[in-house]
Amino acid sequence: MAETATAAFEQPESFAFDAESEAEIATTIAKYPAGKQASGVLPLLWIAQRQMGRQTNSAWVPVKAMDEIARILEIAPIRVYEVCTFYLMFNTAPVGKFHLQLCTTTPCWLRGSDDVVAASRSATGLKGWKEVSADGLFSMTEVECLGACVNAPILQVNDDFYEDMDAEKTKALIEALRRGEIPKPGSMSGRQTSAPDGGPITLTTLSFAKAQ
Amino acid sequence: MVKVTVDGIDVDVPPGSNVLQACEAAGKEVPRFCYHERLSVAGNCRMCLVEIEKAPPKPFASCAYPVAEGMVVHTDTPMVVKARQGVMEFLLINHPLDCPICDQGGECDLQDQAVGYGRDTSRYDEHKRAVKDKNLGPLVKTVMTRCIHCTRCIRFSAEIAGVPELGATARGETMEVGTYVEKALSSELSGNLIDICPVGALTSKPYAFVARPWELNKTDSVDVLDAVGASIRVDARGPEVLRVLPRLNEDVNEEWLADKSRFAVDGLKRRRLDSCWVKRDGRMAKASWTEAFAAIAARVQGVAGDKIGAIAGNLADAESMLALKDLMSALGSQNLDCRQDGADTDVSRRDFYTFNTSIAGIEEADAILLVGTNPRTEAPLVNARIRKRWLAGGLTVAAIGPELDLTYPAQMLGNAPALLAGLRDGSHPFAGVLKNAKKPMLILGAGALARPDGAAILAACWALAAGSHMLTPEWHGFNVLHHAASRVGGLDLGFLPGKGGKGLSAMLGGGVDVLWLLGADELDTAKIGANTFVVYQGHHGDRGAARADVILPGAAYTEKNGTYVNTEGRVQRGQLAVYPPGEARPDWAIIRAFSAVAGKTLPYDSIEALRARLEQTNPVFARVDILPRFGCTDLTGPAGDASAVAAAPFVSPVPNYYQTDPISRASPTMAECTETFATPARAAAAE
Amino acid sequence: MLSDQDRIFTNLYGVHDWRLAGARARGDWDGTKEIIARGRDAIIEEMKASGLRGRGGAGFPTGMKWSFMPKEIGARPHYLVVNADESEPGTCKDRDILRHDPHKLVEGCLLASFAMGAHACYIYVRGEFTNEAKHLQQAVDEAYEAGLIGKNACGSGWDFDCYVHRGAGAYICGEETALIESLEGKKGMPRLKPPFPAAVGLYGCPTTVNNVESIAVAPTILRRGAAWFSALGRPKNAGTKLFCISGHVNKPCNVEEELGIPLKELIEKYAGGVRGGWDNLLAVIPGGASVPLLPKATCDTILMDFDSLREVRSGLGTAAVIVMDKSTDVIRAIARLSAFYKHESCGQCTPCREGTGWMMRVMNRMVQGRAEPDEIDTLEQVTKQVEGHTICALGDAAAWPIQGLIRHFRPLMLERIQQYKSRGAARMAAE
Repeated sequence: MAETATAAFEQPESFAFDAESEAEIATTIAKYPAGKQASGVLPLLWIAQRQMGRQTNSAWVPVKAMDEIARILEIAPIRVYEVCTFYLMFNTAPVGKFHLQLCTTTPCWLRGSDDVVAASRSATGLKGWKEVSADGLFSMTEVECLGACVNAPILQVNDDFYEDMDAEKTKALIEALRRGEIPKPGSMSGRQTSAPDGGPITLTTLSFAKAQ
Repeated sequence: MVKVTVDGIDVDVPPGSNVLQACEAAGKEVPRFCYHERLSVAGNCRMCLVEIEKAPPKPFASCAYPVAEGMVVHTDTPMVVKARQGVMEFLLINHPLDCPICDQGGECDLQDQAVGYGRDTSRYDEHKRAVKDKNLGPLVKTVMTRCIHCTRCIRFSAEIAGVPELGATARGETMEVGTYVEKALSSELSGNLIDICPVGALTSKPYAFVARPWELNKTDSVDVLDAVGASIRVDARGPEVLRVLPRLNEDVNEEWLADKSRFAVDGLKRRRLDSCWVKRDGRMAKASWTEAFAAIAARVQGVAGDKIGAIAGNLADAESMLALKDLMSALGSQNLDCRQDGADTDVSRRDFYTFNTSIAGIEEADAILLVGTNPRTEAPLVNARIRKRWLAGGLTVAAIGPELDLTYPAQMLGNAPALLAGLRDGSHPFAGVLKNAKKPMLILGAGALARPDGAAILAACWALAAGSHMLTPEWHGFNVLHHAASRVGGLDLGFLPGKGGKGLSAMLGGGVDVLWLLGADELDTAKIGANTFVVYQGHHGDRGAARADVILPGAAYTEKNGTYVNTEGRVQRGQLAVYPPGEARPDWAIIRAFSAVAGKTLPYDSIEALRARLEQTNPVFARVDILPRFGCTDLTGPAGDASAVAAAPFVSPVPNYYQTDPISRASPTMAECTETFATPARAAAAE
Repeated sequence: MLSDQDRIFTNLYGVHDWRLAGARARGDWDGTKEIIARGRDAIIEEMKASGLRGRGGAGFPTGMKWSFMPKEIGARPHYLVVNADESEPGTCKDRDILRHDPHKLVEGCLLASFAMGAHACYIYVRGEFTNEAKHLQQAVDEAYEAGLIGKNACGSGWDFDCYVHRGAGAYICGEETALIESLEGKKGMPRLKPPFPAAVGLYGCPTTVNNVESIAVAPTILRRGAAWFSALGRPKNAGTKLFCISGHVNKPCNVEEELGIPLKELIEKYAGGVRGGWDNLLAVIPGGASVPLLPKATCDTILMDFDSLREVRSGLGTAAVIVMDKSTDVIRAIARLSAFYKHESCGQCTPCREGTGWMMRVMNRMVQGRAEPDEIDTLEQVTKQVEGHTICALGDAAAWPIQGLIRHFRPLMLERIQQYKSRGAARMAAE
């Protein structure tokens, strides 16, 4: 898992949650018992990362955002730093507008994830993991099992899974993204979710009352 | 009690103990890195594995496994030894082989255990991990490649020090201990990280590459850089004190030491007075003892006793103070004061000026009111004890004084001394907390006694204590927190103006013709009368020496045997670790020698004889290292008028923790700490 | 073959409406109030009688786990926590429940919570399942709106709140105490046990952590009866199970089948067979990445249930079947899993933090053959030094795949080493 050095980047001087985030924070903190608001660390990191994505086209969490979360939740900033660096999905450095997360764990590897990685590299021009393309459109990171193994290999773009990938489909997907199109996520081979190719062979004898 | 059998030895341990404690009770040593008696259990190093009968056939981490009645534990079976060897191998694969240049060498837990459980050669052929060092400030040096991730430092900073700034970021083998964003640890207890780190990841920055432990002479002694009187060990090589470490004393400092007490030692070899000086023609010139004594004797000659006076400084030992008091008495003087800050004390009863609850007693309290004190700078270890009590749950703390970050939550009631009246008459809401508390205590900062209305503050606090059932036959909740190591001893032996004698302010401004300063550097020397002849006896060329007409070089606390009484009233003895430099001599001996020159020979010529005289003066000096706890049956308060409290806000007497005395002011390390910690705070306060 | 009528997850593939109306049409939320009316003890007894074993990997009897919760609700509230942090390589069954049958899960949460005296439940969904979590959240919202959960859930008199909480990319959070830590807003570092969650769990309160599938099958079991469920499968391995068949098969898929189905039948009937035919099979990892692989000879006859797989020194795990045909570099396949465990180790305990990196590095050399033959033994010893010496089972999980490889493919590993040596010799000779 070779990693190239990340380019130097600047931490923003300040961070403030916007109105959309503030509303989310309010409903989030209400989920946890009084005094247990520290449970909100992961959700608030998510909210911060999404806000950065909205505002800058790069969904990552600056240190100032972590400090702000610590302030809101009344916990020590180091506890937020620990959490933010522990969980792989929080980006502590800027990523591309389309953050490509390539699963290479054994089930995906058996189904050709090496080809998907190679195609991603050639289509984006990115050489190493965690690099961001000069136009800010793409970044690539190697991820562990995404939990969709019967549809391997998987390429996750931001929040969406593109499944049953191969080199050609990868290239087409990245080209579409470059054009500003967002293809419908799911199986790219056109099958019904996790059913075998050609359609389900179980659950075929059931008919259900019409939904009311 | 729970009966447990360890390697065939039956032991009874309290319920709730862990297996490791049971093993220790049975005299079986269990290796450990992450486990520490005073920290929460992490159970992560996996070195303390033992075998437990009738449990699943695998080794268990003894530090994290609770004992059960009839449990049978084995610490030396092949399974245990093999498991520990395995863990040791894992600990070493990414640990650098840099013991020859590691300051932990010789006192490293990993080194020691590797002898028992390590292999002779490594089977690990891969690249070793390298980790970037962190900058934790001027005191703690990091070599993070050596870190074994035991998390003791993280737990110490979060739990004991109360400054949760250290953490472990990232995960797996890329996990790193540090602050994530570069930051000097903002704790007065950070030096303890060095002691609790089981390897050489955290070592002393000032002591880096200075010495090996086996080269050092170790002397047990007592710290004097605040009034806590922490038990210390002074490590010296030849004539030089190289470091000071804490020594276990459950009643005082447990196993901790505050940073100034640990790191100010480099001040012991700078700006030292190592010969006598006498002012001739307006300039100080080096002189012999004979010349210096002759100069003083000549000046004293013919001066009336009431025109001679003496002031004792904050680091003075009881023996020197008594000798000086006796000398003054022989010269006909009653002009004495050990209160450089001008504090108004009532010494008619000892519990008017001591920390009566005792430091360990804090752990029994359930409500604490701080008045005019910042224990974090005035006595960090007392503050740590309060924090420990708070962590255990069920403690409410409030403070009258400036806004403070004490490392535990405290209600800041405000900075108006008038609040005391509201608490006394029950109109203030916190009065209810004190009323409902079972063991409430009040901690009055000695700095508050130095106010013009000090006596009134003292009386008001006592009255509050008496009215809030802090004073019962079983519990004494009234406490004065001193910050000068000499103070309680000085008060105990009566280094105070005698009948008709002058106190500090009367001696200044020309009140005396001859003024003997025994290490007194914390007074405003500009107030000393222009024609007053000043004898400065002490160890550092500090404020007092700068005003002196004669300088007598004394010994620092590491260079003499001396008795000190801490804020609790605990009598303790410091020991000579190295000899004083140059011509410098132990202070009592200087006074004794001068007394002969002055024709007023004092009646003792050994420290034992002087100590016998000390006991005679006040029997408390016989109770060395023993502090009886007592309640309070006589609620009669001190002499002051509780209603005469002024409106001026309280001000902490220790604005900069790192520089409080001639030794810490001479210390480059403390200067660096001041630069790092105190200066920005001052700047922020000014904003 | 299991009949469709006995299948619990009738919308496994998302063919039908996953929302409340569709779920109700498929029988969900039917008579929930009456089930609750049977009382806590009756529900737990029914679950015990069904023989359901936890579907998250360890296979602990679900009813018994519920019964560990304190009988009386004391000062500390009880919690149900649902482990939807599905991350075991090869496993993608809970994903289908979350996105296609979320109401089964929500209803199960209510029933299980009631049975263990919990008024609140947190469902911890792995961070990557953004869209799945959205479906689940909508299902929760619908259930609230319809009065199925919330105050007086289903009119049962039981107040019940259900919350969705998302992770952020950490396999270790599938370990129940790490999950609780994560839910409390900390790093996912497993806790020391004892105390167990039923005594001291979420926020220090009695807590039970169950897998999504274990909870989602509960309503159907309680509706159709323990006898129906326990009649399916094999003794002590009762009921149906979601299987995920990935890797070198013609038609990878998820399918619900009876426990105890022969592996060969599972692969051939549902997944279109091994690529290139059964004889082209090299090995199968039968229960997700953590369990040792099975060589083809074992695969020919093995039954897919907890006890049968344990007998051949492997495990059912999550019933995620990873198939490898003869084209597979099996050393690399396992080495990639070693990289996985190294990447996912939380770093807390020494053997796992240091051992997973060591194992990965040696495994990477084994892929090339750049090793000495006796290093295979060293590697095996290292796995043994990790196994059983850590706070949680991740250390074991990292050790087992390598142990399985060495057990069944040592000759291949030796051959790889020899090849590398001879290539080196050839290069030297050429120079």
